[in-house]
Amino acid sequence: MAKLPVTLEQLTESFGPHLARSTGNRLETGIEPDSVVKTHCCFCGQQCGIQLKVKDNQVIGFEPWEDFPFNRGMLCPKGVKRYLQGAHPDRLVTALKRDPSHPSGFSPMPYAEAIDRVATEIKRIQAVHGRDAFALLSGASLTTEKAYLMGKFARVALKTANIDYNGRLCMVSAGAGNKKAFGIDRAANPWSDMLKTDVVWISGANVAECAPITTNYVWQAREHGAKIIVVDPRITPVARTCDLFLPIKPGRDIALFNGILHLMIENDWLDHDFIQNSTVGFEAVAEHVKQWTPKFTAKVTGIAEKSIRQAAEWWGTAKTSFLMHARGIEHHSHGVQNVLGAINIVLASGRIGRENCGYATITGQGNGQGGREHGQKCDQLPGGRDISNPEHRAYIAKVWDVSPDDLPQAGVDAYEIFRKIDKGEIRGLLSLCFNPKVSLPDNAFVTKALEKLEFYVAIDFFLNETAHHADIVLPGSLHEEDEGIVTQIEGRVIKINKVIDPPGEARQDWRIIQDIARQMGAEKGFTFASPQEMLDELRIASKGGVADYSGITYEKVERQHGVFWPCPSDDHPGTPRLFEPGSWNPIAKGTGPFYFPDGKARFVVAGYTPPTEDVDTEYPIILTTGRVISHFLSGSQTRRIGPLVDQYPEPRVEMHPRLAEKLGIANGDLTTVESRRGNCTLKAHVVTTIRPDTVFIPYHWAGRQSANQLTISAQDPISKIPEYKVCAVKVFKARD
Amino acid sequence: MPVPEHMEFFIDPNRCIGCQSCVQACGECDTHKGHPMIHLEYVDRAISVQTTPVVCMHCNTPTCAEVCPADAIKVTEDGVVQTARKPRCIACSNCVLACPFGVPKMKTEFELMMKCDMCYDRTSVGKKPMCATVCPSQALFFGTREEIEQIRPRSVSNNRFQFGQQVITTKVNMLFPKDNPIQHLNVTDAMNEQPVDQSFTLEMLMDAIGI
Ligand code: SF4
Ligand code: SF4
Ligand code: SF4
Repeated sequence: MAKLPVTLEQLTESFGPHLARSTGNRLETGIEPDSVVKTHCCFCGQQCGIQLKVKDNQVIGFEPWEDFPFNRGMLCPKGVKRYLQGAHPDRLVTALKRDPSHPSGFSPMPYAEAIDRVATEIKRIQAVHGRDAFALLSGASLTTEKAYLMGKFARVALKTANIDYNGRLCMVSAGAGNKKAFGIDRAANPWSDMLKTDVVWISGANVAECAPITTNYVWQAREHGAKIIVVDPRITPVARTCDLFLPIKPGRDIALFNGILHLMIENDWLDHDFIQNSTVGFEAVAEHVKQWTPKFTAKVTGIAEKSIRQAAEWWGTAKTSFLMHARGIEHHSHGVQNVLGAINIVLASGRIGRENCGYATITGQGNGQGGREHGQKCDQLPGGRDISNPEHRAYIAKVWDVSPDDLPQAGVDAYEIFRKIDKGEIRGLLSLCFNPKVSLPDNAFVTKALEKLEFYVAIDFFLNETAHHADIVLPGSLHEEDEGIVTQIEGRVIKINKVIDPPGEARQDWRIIQDIARQMGAEKGFTFASPQEMLDELRIASKGGVADYSGITYEKVERQHGVFWPCPSDDHPGTPRLFEPGSWNPIAKGTGPFYFPDGKARFVVAGYTPPTEDVDTEYPIILTTGRVISHFLSGSQTRRIGPLVDQYPEPRVEMHPRLAEKLGIANGDLTTVESRRGNCTLKAHVVTTIRPDTVFIPYHWAGRQSANQLTISAQDPISKIPEYKVCAVKVFKARD
Repeated sequence: MPVPEHMEFFIDPNRCIGCQSCVQACGECDTHKGHPMIHLEYVDRAISVQTTPVVCMHCNTPTCAEVCPADAIKVTEDGVVQTARKPRCIACSNCVLACPFGVPKMKTEFELMMKCDMCYDRTSVGKKPMCATVCPSQALFFGTREEIEQIRPRSVSNNRFQFGQQVITTKVNMLFPKDNPIQHLNVTDAMNEQPVDQSFTLEMLMDAIGI
């Protein structure tokens, strides 16, 4: 019953995206705000500090917050204009029910009635089809308190195994690789460690557009003499003036890392003491990379041998370094292997756990880090605990005052949830902070699954494209309408402050979740009166785990401008840099700095496999996808902000003139890109800044403009991340 | 209160990532809310992602003011060249045509020339301009000469520009790589040059592997 209630045009007319622009108080000059509140940006993983100006319960503008140490006032255009998401014409201010007879497709209903309907449907579906037939999809832009509550709500109130989150599309390959190699999943260093390094290595990260503030760290490192190496199929803005650009063929990153390690071994650019004393597994990896000669590496990666040798020499002979990667190497059916390949060249250099020696994945979402640590991931319990580990289960069961036997086992990942919906194994869905119809690959399949649901409830502040399919919509809260902690890119826990009250019937998401629990008769454990109370329980739940937040309080976060976890006690200042020699952790217990019983890091053999769908004569061109600076993720927020849409109004397909010429396409021509799963017609953007065998489409748009009509749902076998960064397409000038 | 003399504006286009944060933030400045005054241009997007931000250079002898028949463009004691005075400006666009940097814009809806005034409402009360505060690459920097020398050891600053016969010195400084020192920037000389960057490297590397 979850087909669209009315046409897409009707839905769009009522619920947008409409474009907000500055008007009224927001445009007046010299207005005295009622208050100016220090908080953080609602978008990316850098979580820039920002001050929001409030007048009459409306955010009317911003003022830079120059004291916050990470960004010192710097912001990208999304941060500058984020205030326009408030008081927006598309804002949901009442509960809604699907109503095909209503011109908008939905009619307002009393909030209490909506909650009752949701509770009744959850109970009905679970009674008829089993507990796991109701699934939850959650998100990593939520505060950590809310993420924690979602995990608890699934396991304790619904007792369903099936909860997963949109971090599945973001951080899981990095997380899994880091756990295999280090036993812990967090950026190993604060960004300040980048500033005085000899080499900054950036693989698969469009730093300028996706982590803009990091640009200044990279440039500042270069001022002090660092060589910048960028590996990317496109000349991104930081690649433009880097010292060495390696234009890699999408999907071949492990090959490059293995080739670099091969040269490090051949030239003895190794830290033998570190390898000997602080790692295990080097021999097997050394044996494996023997085959990765520079010539073979060049052939597989599409990078000239000369450049590979130059990169290896700079990396190999550096005294200090910082290696960063992002979705470019992680969004692959071998994303975890790519990450392990990167970690291998870091471990072989011995340059980790010291000042100016760093390694990090660049977290994408606002709470990408904190959102994956405390229980909304299908296989995790709070504190980074493992849901299949009996000791971990017992500890959390005690905190939650339930029997360990009553805790479900691991559920399935976000994409598999849709496969189960398609098969009829999952019949009901609740989503919060996730727009899978835009963000999941092969989204024709996702739409088909959504149409099969018996009952779907969406909690959101705008009616996103997935919520078009909902039976009930509950009006949730904006970032600036709630408080709580998030963990940013460096592993620094910071505090989001409440700036205004939610409008109309809208309320904080955690209140909505608790209202559902109460209505279901599962009130016990869901009577928190504030985020503070949730944090207090989370501190206990995370205590003794790898992601230990037990010493983190709002007061300490504000006083110190953030607290780096682990922070295991009240008098602990936090841990900005991981793996320092002599450091203590709850797994190694003093035997060494890494999070394994012997305290040593793991080299893991990273074997190369080509992408799941490689090019062939029928689909001869590689498609890769990514972001642009003025939009964020599925665009549910940024596509409603006028100045951000003006900056980048529609997706275009980027291609090299050599390819364009071959296809008879000129800049601006309407061009069809077609994969085995669908097609998409967009304007061509002909530029020399991309490999001639690859086209690029940004993924922030919905419907016929969505890049995910084309992408493949192949997933990494370990992390279950989808392969957004490479599939095979054909490209031709659109037929009129 | 005038803008303190030791606080200076520096531009390093080498660092610019084209993010338009400066443009978006400029439109939030109280003196011209809703109207960004900074220009951001791609040099030639077909072959490069190089962008370049343009703010008013605050010329020591501002051509815009010199050509204004209504004497509407005033320079404050701190050397900041202000937007045209509303009661005086006759919207003739002389300044728009005369400025060698292409800075002033005629806002026909107000019949007024508007341009960057270095966020006078902010800089005159001790704050930094919006653009230079938010710029994520710090291609736009506002601070002291000592600071810039310390954080940009590879660069030198220059504020002398040559346009054909005209030599102009400005309050705003441009930063250049130290290893290639220049006495002044001859803008007309460079007009027919292509931007140089690594699009060529990409071609070269591709050729090396036969794509
Ligand atoms: S999106 Fe990221 S870089 Fe941009 S302002 Fe927000 S936190 Fe900062
Ligand atoms: S740059 Fe142009 S607008 Fe600015 S002071 Fe000089 S002449 Fe006038
Ligand atoms: S904010 Fe800075 S980096 Fe961004 S476009 Fe403006 S000058 Fe360039």
